[in-house]
Amino acid sequence: MTRNAFASTAGAGHVTGQNAARDAIRGAHSEAAPVPRSGPAGPVADGATVGCVPAAASGAGFRSVRVLRAGPVSLRFRPRELLVAAVLTAALLVAVTVHVALGGTPIPFGQVLAALAGQPVEGGVGLVVTEFRAPRTVAAVLVGACLAAAGAIMQTVARNPLASPDILGVTSGASAGAVAVLVLAGSGAVGVAGLAASVGMPAAAFTAGLAAGVAVYLLAYRRGIDSYRLILVGLGVDGLATALTTWMLTLGDVTNAAQALTWMTGSLNGKDWPLVLPLGAAAAVLLAAAVAAGRWLLLGALDRDTAVAIGLRLGRVGLLSLTLAVLLAAVATVVGGRVVFVALASPQIARLLTGSPVPPVAVSALVGAVFVLVSDAVAANLFATPLPVGVVTAVLGAPYLIYLVMRPPRRTS
Amino acid sequence: MARDVLSVPAAAAPSAIAGDGAGRDADARRPRRGRRLRWLLLAALVALGAVVLSMLVGGRPSTLAEVWHAVVTPTGSVMDVTIRELRWPRTVTGVVVGACLGVAGVLVQGHTRNPIADPGLLGINQGAALAIVSATAMAGALAPLTQALLAFAGALVAVVAVFLVSTSARGGATPITLVLAGAAISSLCTGLVSGIVLMDDQALDALRFWQVGSVAVRNGSLEVIAPFLLVGMVLAVANVGALNALSLGEDTARSLGVPVPVARTVGILAITLLAGSAVTHAGPIAFAGLLVPHLARALVGADYRWLVPVGAVAGVAVLLLADTAGRVIARPGELSVGVVLAVVGAPFFVHLARRRRLATT
Repeated sequence: MTRNAFASTAGAGHVTGQNAARDAIRGAHSEAAPVPRSGPAGPVADGATVGCVPAAASGAGFRSVRVLRAGPVSLRFRPRELLVAAVLTAALLVAVTVHVALGGTPIPFGQVLAALAGQPVEGGVGLVVTEFRAPRTVAAVLVGACLAAAGAIMQTVARNPLASPDILGVTSGASAGAVAVLVLAGSGAVGVAGLAASVGMPAAAFTAGLAAGVAVYLLAYRRGIDSYRLILVGLGVDGLATALTTWMLTLGDVTNAAQALTWMTGSLNGKDWPLVLPLGAAAAVLLAAAVAAGRWLLLGALDRDTAVAIGLRLGRVGLLSLTLAVLLAAVATVVGGRVVFVALASPQIARLLTGSPVPPVAVSALVGAVFVLVSDAVAANLFATPLPVGVVTAVLGAPYLIYLVMRPPRRTS
Repeated sequence: MARDVLSVPAAAAPSAIAGDGAGRDADARRPRRGRRLRWLLLAALVALGAVVLSMLVGGRPSTLAEVWHAVVTPTGSVMDVTIRELRWPRTVTGVVVGACLGVAGVLVQGHTRNPIADPGLLGINQGAALAIVSATAMAGALAPLTQALLAFAGALVAVVAVFLVSTSARGGATPITLVLAGAAISSLCTGLVSGIVLMDDQALDALRFWQVGSVAVRNGSLEVIAPFLLVGMVLAVANVGALNALSLGEDTARSLGVPVPVARTVGILAITLLAGSAVTHAGPIAFAGLLVPHLARALVGADYRWLVPVGAVAGVAVLLLADTAGRVIARPGELSVGVVLAVVGAPFFVHLARRRRLATT
């Protein structure tokens, strides 16, 4: 059917979503007071029934889209989304504090806050907080935000809640790329040190992640993209990349078990500023770009003809957003390895919280960051031995994937 | 009556199971008994060749004469010991595991009518690993027999869970829901396994000993799994008639007098016993059960009376060749057979996923 990056699966859910998206956009162009709800009435209106592009926010008499105008400039915003974002930001700050405080011997919150604020703190607490614990916390935020944003973009473009960098082989591809540098550079024992490793690994991770993504897309392309074929092909490429990673880990002298674990399970152990800082800067730029791309994504959720009529260059936009998603996933992978299910679950949580027609990128990133922070705090503290974060996200995320597989039938409208 | 029933699928079933391409081939050529027998013998010959190759190739290649010497008149020379003590057990393991995975793959794809099913993709490996690891963590080191039994139990639970999840999906079980349910259950088990292993050193040892995914490391001796394996094979053979009828659809099978629930149960038991035996003996090996049935179907068509034996023989050949290739490619080290099979099998999986619209129900 559709022959562009905005793959289309037949399914009534999308009609609903398209209507919802149209509603959401209409708010920007007309001042129609309560946005007309053209989606099907009744129980379908809530997002649970449809995967990716459900009905817009409901709520009696609640205007889901508002417009601020100042002369020629107008700003469209969704009050509920702003509210959710504000709450999540607060939650993020709390999670960051808790994460730092619990990163080993517990430190009182007051001292953590003081140290983070740059005030002198007695003993070595200041040093512990800023040099040892803060990098790990920043890494957790970075990994969560990047993966979730990547997932939000992929799920929107593929129009499928199953599409995410971990299922489509991008994460494991990036992991394989990073491990290849690790093994070829012979730096397996000492970890990611030196300029070559800190520049080479992200580059290789990105290249390999991109190669995996492009391969999946091209292999799944047969007279258009079928979402499910995309996912199956992704699972195959994922299997291949995982096998290659396993092999390379046995090939090189990656004697450090923790490091091998990072690449197979996803871990935030031993992340330090030299690794986190440059990638953090890259992540900030990419996240800003992803948030800016959110408007395209919303328009892209419309049916093809409408989107094109509005002036969206579907092919180009799809390609750009997917590249952005791969970049984000690669950055996250270089820092944290394969932290599974964050990219799968976070965007849908964000979508349910905001009632947005497509997963909103910024809110998804916040959800992802909180998700990883909490998972890492749980993994590091709840058990006798500190566990890598990937274990917790896997155990928490797998039931969600099971639910996605089993979810109740789509309603047709 | 029974003969009629069993001879139908040869022509009718391929389009349902093997896909359009194979269906057309089968129609065009209509493999007859003689042709099938020839293919079976040829596959057996290849498997035999693979056995010989597996004996010849190693860290130090040896000649046929040396192998002959070691097998027939051993004198205790280095090469004799190498061949008798290292390569022979490894080859035997490869034969056993290959046959198990081949037959299990044929049964899985037959029962699910899903060309992309594979015991390894249904969470059997991870389920077995979880059972072994959690029991070790709770009760300490396990006897080989206990370990084998636990692996079977874990594998069975995982398979049943995957089937339950995928059949309760909307629109019933489709190839995609089965594979996704397998992926979900696998990653759940993997997460739990890594968690337990990191907290318990003894469990880590149990896992490491086992999870190499290689035929080089044998835990539990062959005697431990032999009974399970034999029962599994017998069940598989007993299942072929029902499978032939089931490939026409459940309703048709029922009206032909096949007790469907019994047949399904026997099938799942056989799959679990066979794949569980392979897993217990050689660790997790994925994709062999995916490749072999397609190979077998290309050779002898869709009649399960032929598919099961050919699957067993082809499984032996595929596994041993992959193992031998792993020894050659990565000299001086070696590539575990699991990795070799994944490297070959994953692209094949992608090919299958591309071939038709699997998602349509």
